[in-house]
Amino acid sequence: MMSSVTESTQPIKRRAIALVSGGLDSMLAVKVMQEQGIEVEGVNFFTGFCVEGHTHAIRKKDKDKEKRNNALWVAEQLGIKMHIIDISEEYKDVVLNPRHGYGANLNPCLDCKIFMVNQATLMINKARELAGDRGFDFIVTGEVIGQRPKSQRKATMPIISAESGADERLLRPLCAKNLPATLPEREGWVDRESLHDFSGRSRKPQMALAKKFGLDDFAQPAGGCCFLTDESYSNKLADLWKARNERRYELDDIMLLKVGRHIRPQPHLKLIISREEGENRFLEGYRYQFTSITTVSCPGPLALVDGNFQNDEEMQQAAAIVARYSKGRSSDEVTLEVRSPDGVARQVTVEPFHPDAVPLAWNVG
Amino acid sequence: MTEAVHELDVRRMLCPMPVIKTQNKVRTLATGDCLRVVCTDPGALSDIPAWCRINGHQVLETGEAGNEVFVVLRVGEDNGALF
Repeated sequence: MMSSVTESTQPIKRRAIALVSGGLDSMLAVKVMQEQGIEVEGVNFFTGFCVEGHTHAIRKKDKDKEKRNNALWVAEQLGIKMHIIDISEEYKDVVLNPRHGYGANLNPCLDCKIFMVNQATLMINKARELAGDRGFDFIVTGEVIGQRPKSQRKATMPIISAESGADERLLRPLCAKNLPATLPEREGWVDRESLHDFSGRSRKPQMALAKKFGLDDFAQPAGGCCFLTDESYSNKLADLWKARNERRYELDDIMLLKVGRHIRPQPHLKLIISREEGENRFLEGYRYQFTSITTVSCPGPLALVDGNFQNDEEMQQAAAIVARYSKGRSSDEVTLEVRSPDGVARQVTVEPFHPDAVPLAWNVG
Repeated sequence: MTEAVHELDVRRMLCPMPVIKTQNKVRTLATGDCLRVVCTDPGALSDIPAWCRINGHQVLETGEAGNEVFVVLRVGEDNGALF
């Protein structure tokens, strides 16, 4: 009878899902868990607003830089599996209707964190319900109290735990000692004393821990990893909503806000003008959805027209703006082709706008 | 030339969509199946192989043709289906 005791008292290998952004904090949080023998898998969410990758992929000047998806790179360094999940459709409601409001720009950081932890909670609940040895016991994030002014504050930590539905199954290894003990700590799955008490905006404790773990190559995006924290990007999104008289967007809309020079000469017309060859190639792909303008008599950018011309004057005005950014900007006149999405094209010859004649107020962003 | 049984067209999609689409397709395949992914985002040439290494799939071939790149992979023991 007693012979089975040894086998039955073998500790169960506990498993966690970690939210991995590709930055240092979530990388450290996973590492702290691995040090305690927890088996971790990563999850990374694609919202459509991720800075990661897109600008490198589009802009030619970035082509020679090393390209990597930081979340995948982190997973490889840590030796964990990584699930990348497209939440761009469901995420619209977070951006359009944040219950906790926006940060400095159109960044709904607190709602975003709640949403992502909720997605992870649904994953672990489903896995625990269905999957036996593939189940997960808790969720790990790299949150640090005081690190972010909107979402990572002492007061927001319990809000995220409660509103995401994760409750006591949400563990923040980097600041756990500043918070009440969670289920993994109380059950002894992890040793609370070996967790951390980081707080505030200083990065020094993270740097020291990275050094201790021998990690010396990690991404440190200056403004976070989301375009919504960017003032210029948020202004472009707000402009889009204003022009359409409604707050909505499609994935293509928010992709195009990342590219080119945006100029709005009329309330109902916006030009997206490429700034270099890579952007040109990217915008090419949208010529079957938008009216486009290209130069004929000299090299120049490709421009998409978001909106419809109400008369010829508006079309000539748009062509003259595009000509201002072409090689023929100093010429008396430039010939351009205006092509509708169905491929019907016509040529117009215009005098390029003088640089000073494009009012600053037309620049969006 | 490696023979690919399944094809995935993710042209015009930008990082990380090629990886997400590859991941979701692989979840529907069986161990040993081959998948050829065609992309226009050159970043896929580093991201898809990295994703394969992490998740135990084998990259059989990568290459470029004009503005397109491709990756051929063989599905490993675990196709990654979560549930």
